[in-house]
Amino acid sequence: MDNGGRSLNRKDLLGIEELSREEIELILEQAEGMKEILERPVRKVPALQGFTIANLFFEPSTRTLNSFLLAERRLSADTVNVSASSSSVLKGETLLDTAKNIEAMKVDMVVLRHSCPGAPHFLAKRIDASVINAGDGSHEHPTQALLDLLTIKEKFGKIDGLKVLIVGDIMHSRVARSDILGLRKMGAWVRVCGPPTLIPLWIDELGVEVEYNLDRAMRDVDIIYVLRIQKERQKKGLFPSIREYVKYFCITPERLRQAKEGVVIMHPGPMNRGVEISPEVADGPWSVILDQVTNGVAIRMAIIYLLARRRR
Amino acid sequence: MIKIKGGRLFDPKNGIDEEGDIYIVDGKVRKEGAAEIEIDAAGLYVFPGFVDLHAHLREPGREDEETIETGSRAAVKGGFTSVCAMPNTEPPVDNQGVARFVKEKGEKAGYARIFPIGTITKGRKGEEISEFGDLIEGGCVGVSDDGDCVRRSDIIRRALEYAKMFNIPVIEHPEDTYLSEGGQINEGRISTILGMGGIPSISESIIVARDIEIANFVGGWIHLTHISVKDSLEKIIEGRKKQRGKITCDVTAHHLVLTEDKVKEFNSNFKMKPPLRSEEDRRALVWGLRNGVIDAIITDHAPHAFFEKELEFDLAPFGVVGLETAFSSLYTYLVEKGELELATLVMYLSSSPALLFSLPYGEIRDGGIADLVLVDLKGEWEVREDTLASKSKNSPYLGEKLRGVVVCTIVDGRIVYREGEWRRRNEGISS
Repeated sequence: MDNGGRSLNRKDLLGIEELSREEIELILEQAEGMKEILERPVRKVPALQGFTIANLFFEPSTRTLNSFLLAERRLSADTVNVSASSSSVLKGETLLDTAKNIEAMKVDMVVLRHSCPGAPHFLAKRIDASVINAGDGSHEHPTQALLDLLTIKEKFGKIDGLKVLIVGDIMHSRVARSDILGLRKMGAWVRVCGPPTLIPLWIDELGVEVEYNLDRAMRDVDIIYVLRIQKERQKKGLFPSIREYVKYFCITPERLRQAKEGVVIMHPGPMNRGVEISPEVADGPWSVILDQVTNGVAIRMAIIYLLARRRR
Repeated sequence: MIKIKGGRLFDPKNGIDEEGDIYIVDGKVRKEGAAEIEIDAAGLYVFPGFVDLHAHLREPGREDEETIETGSRAAVKGGFTSVCAMPNTEPPVDNQGVARFVKEKGEKAGYARIFPIGTITKGRKGEEISEFGDLIEGGCVGVSDDGDCVRRSDIIRRALEYAKMFNIPVIEHPEDTYLSEGGQINEGRISTILGMGGIPSISESIIVARDIEIANFVGGWIHLTHISVKDSLEKIIEGRKKQRGKITCDVTAHHLVLTEDKVKEFNSNFKMKPPLRSEEDRRALVWGLRNGVIDAIITDHAPHAFFEKELEFDLAPFGVVGLETAFSSLYTYLVEKGELELATLVMYLSSSPALLFSLPYGEIRDGGIADLVLVDLKGEWEVREDTLASKSKNSPYLGEKLRGVVVCTIVDGRIVYREGEWRRRNEGISS
């Protein structure tokens, strides 16, 4: 895992937007080293002994929280978890007070998941501890984008020049935003597809192409990235029914006949089987969904290590 | 009696731009007189006192954020000699008693002149119109449910009709809340990048169009406040061609200067309603001001407690303070950069709003009421928490240096503010 003493020259990791291509490459390279640790019989290194990390999760999360926790423990950091629903924050203590209290217990790093865009940016300016954004509303989810980039790089040996299709609720997806930014920075070409009510009118500002017809959209791409469709969106009237969504946007083996030979399917999880993705596709030869999960731990180890190294 | 000596008298309404002396006798501006007090105004501009048609002074209800006293101190420090206080207080100004309370508090404070605005509907609920006549007798100069739009078309129609017999403006906060619900910032490039709920331009222009249609239909007077998008201006220009109703509007100082790009830092001091819009909209608003489409510049001064603003962006309330920065921000960002003439700026801060609401101020003429402001255009001040007189410090200009320092403010012939010191009119130096 030694990287010749390189570190990320920043206090926080708040979004892909602020990262340079070189920084992304450094994180991916470091993560490859971390993967080697995960293959060992004893999957733990003493790198961050005495380093304390607080996981502040103000939104329900199983996968991301556990992925961070494992990453922290593999590096021998001490951890503390604070979970609260956003509503209890509204009623009582503010985010800033919660964070300041935790910082007063001598914590070096805060991993924050929050429903408000910019919450980690807000916190980062006001506390000395490093802040890692583990998802802020519909804004960014940088660690997810980085693990996706790592998965793509492993699968194709490169990112530059690939064509990627992102399907689903682009409007409310932090994964979509971070992935678009990351893929564009690394030289990939991106198209988005979904019902027009779930695609922001100004999405072309992010340098992507829009196509509402899935069959046309998937024809020439190397990767289809399927987003989770949240059922609450239907209740808000953003599309008429799950049934009609499935009809036009569910990725099925039949549909994939339109796609290129060797097309790869990705999904950030958790999946709604039979809604945005059919079980045959999720478990089929196209899928790298479980590789994404494995890479999640490695990427988070790399980010924590690179930020911590600067602090020490 | 006061002599203002050697200042540059500047009143666009009366075409005055000359160096000279003026006297204040019995609260009136005079060309000649004797002087007990002499103010050396060499190097200073003498403008008519500014008139703000739209400020939130928060009293009664949120005296921790602002009071009529602190708000009117902030006003005169910013050169405003008259301020219309919006009625979305707690309780709201929907009856004569509360209107009188606001008016009397303003008199007692003794800095700027305070004019209450009454509500359009009882309790600001949008269901039944308030007693406009009683409100006017209590000192109100207009009615508004500001903070909320009058959602029901039949209610705004009745308000526009009923107000005809009093000749007062019905001041609409144009926002279709079905379209803006959940929105935090302008829907556009920045909301897309930040993943924030958007407030689309059409949420404003649709109500602008609706209200213009109704005003033209009933022959009423609609005043559309804090216009922020280009499309609204187009609707207003079109609507006026019918010449049935009276259609007037204003723009805030911050919408003339700032754009949505400022929100990228997630600083809630750039969060307000209507939201900061695109550069194209901002340019259209400046154009509208220069071409007589817009009738007044307002502050929409909206004080908020620090603990309420110091939150995640989505959770922070809408609104920024503006009484103290309106003139200097506009001078620094528009006049000095050549986007706006000084005469246009001064006219839309003084004579134009005064005329619109039939207030007898906003000009410098022999025998006119002596509401004046002396400004050092070369002077610079830094906007900091400790340099703001307002009780709340939620300014988008915190940390910035602005040019155009208000040196002295005179209300009703009395010095109420001079170089960091305040004096109540009723205990001021008598003229």
